[in-house]
Amino acid sequence: MEAFTKLTSSLLPLDRPNVDTDAIIPKQYLKSVKKSGFGINLFDDWRYLDPGEPDQDNSQRRLDKDFILNNDQYKNAQILLARDNYGCGSSREHAVWAMLDYGFRAVISTSFADIFFSNCFKNGMLPIVLKKSEVDKLFEASLNDPDYSISIDLEKQQVVADGIGSCQFDIDEFLKHCMLNGLDEIGITLQYEDKIHAYEERLKQSSPWLFAHD
Amino acid sequence: MTALSLYDKLWNSHVVHTQDDGTSLIYIDRHLVHEVTSPQAFEGLRLAGRVPWRKASILAVPDHNVPTTDRDKEIADPVSRKQLQALDQNCDFFALQKFEMNDPRQGIVHVIGPEQGASLPGMTIVCGDSHTSTHGALAALSFGIGTSEVEHVLATQCLLLRKTKSMRVNVSGALPKGVYSKDIVLALIAKIGTAGGNGHTIEFCGETIEKLSIEARMTICNMSIEAGARAGVIGVDDKTIEYIAGRPFAPKDAMWDAAVKSWRQLVSDEGANFDSTVDLDASQLSPQVSWGTSPEMVVPVDGVVPDPDQEPNATKAEGMRNALTYMGLTPGQAVNQINIDKIFIGSCTNSRIEDLRVAAQVVKGKTLASNIKLAIIVPGSGLVKRQAEQEGLDQIFKAAGFEWRDPGCSMCLGMNADQLESGERCASTSNRNFEGRQGQGGRTHLVSPAMAAAAGIAGHFDDARKYFN
Ligand code: SF4
Repeated sequence: MEAFTKLTSSLLPLDRPNVDTDAIIPKQYLKSVKKSGFGINLFDDWRYLDPGEPDQDNSQRRLDKDFILNNDQYKNAQILLARDNYGCGSSREHAVWAMLDYGFRAVISTSFADIFFSNCFKNGMLPIVLKKSEVDKLFEASLNDPDYSISIDLEKQQVVADGIGSCQFDIDEFLKHCMLNGLDEIGITLQYEDKIHAYEERLKQSSPWLFAHD
Repeated sequence: MTALSLYDKLWNSHVVHTQDDGTSLIYIDRHLVHEVTSPQAFEGLRLAGRVPWRKASILAVPDHNVPTTDRDKEIADPVSRKQLQALDQNCDFFALQKFEMNDPRQGIVHVIGPEQGASLPGMTIVCGDSHTSTHGALAALSFGIGTSEVEHVLATQCLLLRKTKSMRVNVSGALPKGVYSKDIVLALIAKIGTAGGNGHTIEFCGETIEKLSIEARMTICNMSIEAGARAGVIGVDDKTIEYIAGRPFAPKDAMWDAAVKSWRQLVSDEGANFDSTVDLDASQLSPQVSWGTSPEMVVPVDGVVPDPDQEPNATKAEGMRNALTYMGLTPGQAVNQINIDKIFIGSCTNSRIEDLRVAAQVVKGKTLASNIKLAIIVPGSGLVKRQAEQEGLDQIFKAAGFEWRDPGCSMCLGMNADQLESGERCASTSNRNFEGRQGQGGRTHLVSPAMAAAAGIAGHFDDARKYFN
């Protein structure tokens, strides 16, 4: 997992509440055998005017020009700005994979659904909860100016934005530690690498038959 | 010394490290892999630049998507084909042991683990599949995991876990002729409910369990997940040791002796503590039939479809009404008058050689009833299939009108072409009767192999005990 320390980027304001994971990545794409490649189908139903299937040539599909993801002025944004209860619905980790694959590294909202929130941390995507007044101001600024850019500093737990000042956010200490150091759960377990090796050595002594085919 | 349960012993012997909050890093001895839940895990591993921690712990096999006919041709469904190819490529890339679709050893992952001796007593066994609980019949701690955890085990050989509570299910009394371990476990789930075992590891014990074969014990452990339990376990006895001896992955010679000595310890100590205990009298059991859309909705074959109006719990009554509508049944209807369209004998619950022998015994010299549209026998593995053919069971089935298929999950979940049409009613030896499980709108009745075979002959549910007098 990529570490997250600081990020300066413009915002993509997605001005709808209760965006569910079905909307983030529709169910037909779950048949994929990959964790990458979902970016092209992120928000598929909103982004394209005609229905999509896995493995389709998406360049042939008609885009909904009114949907903000199709506005080229926002195409470099690495921060998604969302409304209340972002990521509700099914538990699919594919939703986070799709956002990462598209190029987002952080998502800011007033609130997130639980499972989506924890899936973010498993994949190096930083979800930030700010106050409603702060989120409102960010929406206003980024809708008016696609180049409007903010800075996130995870160590200081701060979002710094022109015209708004610096906003503090809360984060669980352990999750923060993992994000700062790029430790996913696997990374955390691998901190005990020596203990795992030592365990295996003991096991080879006590139960050698378990290693007969190694 | 404190008395330990089998679960305590299995847990304690696999703790690598315990955190302050009680979460433990548990070492995994065997990792079984199939095509549906592994692709993203492998990709995650590759993206992170990691390699499998211990390749020899992994055994991969395609089962969920494989067709059960025309294996010499290309798989028709492109999505299934792709998942199979992905499994092959991932195993080749990391040089992992796999049985390919046309390998005679291929089969349902939970059938081939024990069959190959890849699942052994004292092991921790995981697979990205909930019915991994099956392997607990060999005194292993085995349970299903999700895709992120599959990747975690691939990368670290460990999982971060919290110890579950423990439940002891004590089964006593002689099992009547024509009644099987499937009936025991269905009756248990009817008794404790599908959430009855939530947060628990169940140990099955008692004289009835001791008399059961290892294969029959697997059927019970397989369905402990349907009772909500994370895992099911049964202690080691002579039968366990006999079952394992001589299997391809089992230890040999001096290693065998050492292993057996160690495995003999894998029973609960006298006086071990359990969080709860359930008693079941097997001598009173009739063959069981599920009537609804949850594995707890079960009645005896000589019973009737229950009436929601008699159910005091309003939520439960509502669930029963929905199930009755979906299943197209009416309260009070006699179970043995429910007509059947299709028969499925297979799945990781009941597709081993003993299951096929029992079904063949019922079918022998008879033919399918005229209202049966399709009856398929899907052996659990290529080796089960071969064994059955050597015993002539395939001929008995074919003569009766059954189709004799290639091994895989098949109509248990209908990911391949083997599905129910909407409204079709199936007597199935599988483990889940959820809405749409065997095909959209399909109606599943869970039964033992003897009951499924008898339903095929009679065209409706029929008391299997009649066939064994
Ligand atoms: S046979 Fe059915 S329950 Fe068993 S592993 Fe296959 S799909 Fe799952």
